[in-house]
Order: sequence, then structure tokens, then C-alpha cells
Amino acid sequence: MNTQDNFVLDAIDPELGERIDQGRRNLFARYAAPSVLLASAPLVLAAASTEAFGASLPQDVVDVLNFALTLEYLEAAFYKAGNTSSGLIPKEYRALFRTIGAHETAHVLLLKGALGSAAVKAPKVDFTAGGKYADVFSNFKTFATLSATFEDLGVAAYKGQAGNLLGSPVLTTALQIHSVEARHAAAVRPIIGKPSSDTAFDKPKTKKQVLAAATPFLA
Amino acid sequence: MSDHAPTRRHVLKWTGVAASLAIAGSVLPNFGISAALAADLGAGDIGVLNYAYALEQLEAAFYTQAVKTPYEGIKKSELAKLKVIRDHEIAHRDFLKKALGKKAIPGLEVDFSAVDFTSRASVLGTADVFENLGVAAYNGAGQLIENVDYLAVAGSIVSVEARHASTIALLLHGYGKEAAGGKNVDLKGLDGALPPSKVLPKAAPFIKTPVTADQLV
Repeated sequence: MNTQDNFVLDAIDPELGERIDQGRRNLFARYAAPSVLLASAPLVLAAASTEAFGASLPQDVVDVLNFALTLEYLEAAFYKAGNTSSGLIPKEYRALFRTIGAHETAHVLLLKGALGSAAVKAPKVDFTAGGKYADVFSNFKTFATLSATFEDLGVAAYKGQAGNLLGSPVLTTALQIHSVEARHAAAVRPIIGKPSSDTAFDKPKTKKQVLAAATPFLA
Repeated sequence: MSDHAPTRRHVLKWTGVAASLAIAGSVLPNFGISAALAADLGAGDIGVLNYAYALEQLEAAFYTQAVKTPYEGIKKSELAKLKVIRDHEIAHRDFLKKALGKKAIPGLEVDFSAVDFTSRASVLGTADVFENLGVAAYNGAGQLIENVDYLAVAGSIVSVEARHASTIALLLHGYGKEAAGGKNVDLKGLDGALPPSKVLPKAAPFIKTPVTADQLV
């Protein structure tokens, strides 16, 4: 990695440059001729359709998409429960959370469709996290707090995986989901008194970091 | 490249509102554009970064003006939000400029004559257009990036642009479906993704400096 690259990364996240350096060799070996894939518009379009590509996608990409699918299952289930919990969401926020929930359900369908038979099954969930958030579906503040947490986690998770999709036809689709999660996060955060964004540059999270944050909600 | 070979070269010329897009089998000369005044984005990852730099310049200039001459009846909380967005766009702009170094395009001259900075609807409506265009531009440019580190950079910026879009939507519409993306998100739950050839003509009316993107596919 040259100095310029390091500068770019270090300005955002001092640890990121190092992490990417370590992963680089594998990445480039995997996509020896990325430009061929990058320029392939039909592949990109195909990836956005609901046609199944699980069988033809490289295992690494399948892993990324299944990781994303797991998070989307979690989010979709969270909003389905929240949006159907009578008296939980104040009237002025119902349209917002219904829209967010519809997006997450659509993401699940899209990823399942792309993965086909390679798709993982929906995990069992526990949104109380073993009782820590016992009032998640009766106290709006708890619900909104967890919503913001899940959305910010989703943003960081997709961002952390983008590099693993470099050269893959599914990159654009993943980016299109990533920014929707950011819209969600920014819409929900003010409800709990947080600014819509913390800084000018959002940071990624590794798969390990994301799983550590999500695991308490997986039963 | 052979004269007979098919080419993906897009020649984009921004000349005020008369943005033109031509796909030609040969390089078109930029008639009438002084090299000193024109900006060519360049090729490959540099081209993509300059493309982002051009859009961030536009956004930074817009919010700088919006904060400098606040619209009539602006609330303190609204001005505070616009200031935060301004600071982010300036940070994006300066970051990209520094990253590009000598390969950076020059500072672009902007034209906001179509915006009424005294009007809340005009300012926030324009902000809405810019933020959503920015999100779609970054999303569409991701697949053009070859260096994984630059993809990380773009990723760290695009989600902040999406957050801005949501903030503007909240100001315009309150806590409704628009704040979650509204019409910018399709039935598959996907945000926009546009190629430079679709984005540049939309930005063209706001930029006086002729910008060419003839090496950016």
C-alpha cells in the first residue's frame, strides 16, 4: 500500500488501514481480473433481480450475503413485532416505522432470492436480550433506542463488508441497501435525542464486531 | 484504441444548463472550452474520486451559502442542522482534495441563481435534490472503483449523505415515510444508484465551470 492510500484511510480510521492491508492479498487473489466484472452491466442488473444466484456466487460472497441476511431477518422481525404491538408506537411515528419495517422485509426477500438454496434460515430472536430490554415492545423509548442501535449496526456492517464484494456483481445492491439503513438510522436517532450522524465519516464494523453486538438478540 | 473499435467512452460537457451527453466512436474535442477553465475528472479511481470531489464542492458551496444567508423564519434548530451538514460536506470536500493531491480538479465555480436562499422551500428542496443525487451517485460509482481502500472511503461518505437526506426529509415532512427514504427507495427496499452519465447532467445547471468526464465510464 502506498503512502497516499494510507493517508486516505488513516484520516478516517487509524485502524482501518492496517486491517485492509492484512486482507488485501486474499482479496486480490480472489478477484484476479476485477475489471472484467466491474464493467459487466448485465451482471449488475441480474444481481438486483430476485433470481437466485447462490449457486453461481463465490463462497466468500455467499458468506457476506448470508451475514447480511441474518441481520435483515433480525431487523424485519423486530419491526414486525413493534409495528403490531398495540399502543407501542405513538401515532406520529407509525408511518416512519411501518416504512422502515417494509424496507427490512424487502431486504430479506431480496437477499433470500439472490442466495436461493444457499440462504441461511431465519435465526430465533430475543429482543429483550435475556431480559435486559424486557419492555422493548411496551416502552417506546426502549423500542426506538434498539431500532437506532440496529440501524447503525446495519450501516456499519454493510460498510465493513463492501470491500469483500469488490468486483462482485452484488456490490451495487449491497450499497443500495447500506444507504437505506443509514436513512433509517438518521430518522430514528433524533427520536431518542441523538443527532442523525455522529461525524462526517461513518465507520465500518468488522463481522466479528457486528456479531458481538447482535448476539444478545439471537436466542 | 483503434478508430474502429467500439468504445464505452462517454463525453460529457457541462456548459451551464446545456449539458450534453454524447457517445461517440472517437474523442470529441472540447470546442470553445479553455483548458485553463475546464476541469476533466480523469480516468479510473482518480476519475471517480474527482467525480465525488466535484459533487462535494457543489454541496459544500450550497450549504455555506444557505448558512450565510439563512432563509426567512429559520428556526435555531434548523440552522444548527444546516451547519452540521455544511461542516460535513466541507470535511468531505477537503478530504477528497487532499487525497487527490495534484490530481485534484480545480475549484469549481457554482451557479445557484436558480435557488431562492430567502425561501425555506427553495433551500430545503434543493438540499433534498443534492443529498439524494449524492447518495445515488456514490452508490452507482462503487462498482467503478478498483481499489478497495477507495471503496472504503466512498462507503464512509455515502452513508453520511444518506443521513443528511433523512435530516432534510425530517425538516420538510416530519416523521413520515419520507424520512425513511420515501420515493427514493424502491419496492425492493433499494436506494438509488446512478452512473456518472445520469448524475452529471443533473448537477450541471448548478456548475459554471465546464467539467468533462470523458474518461469516466
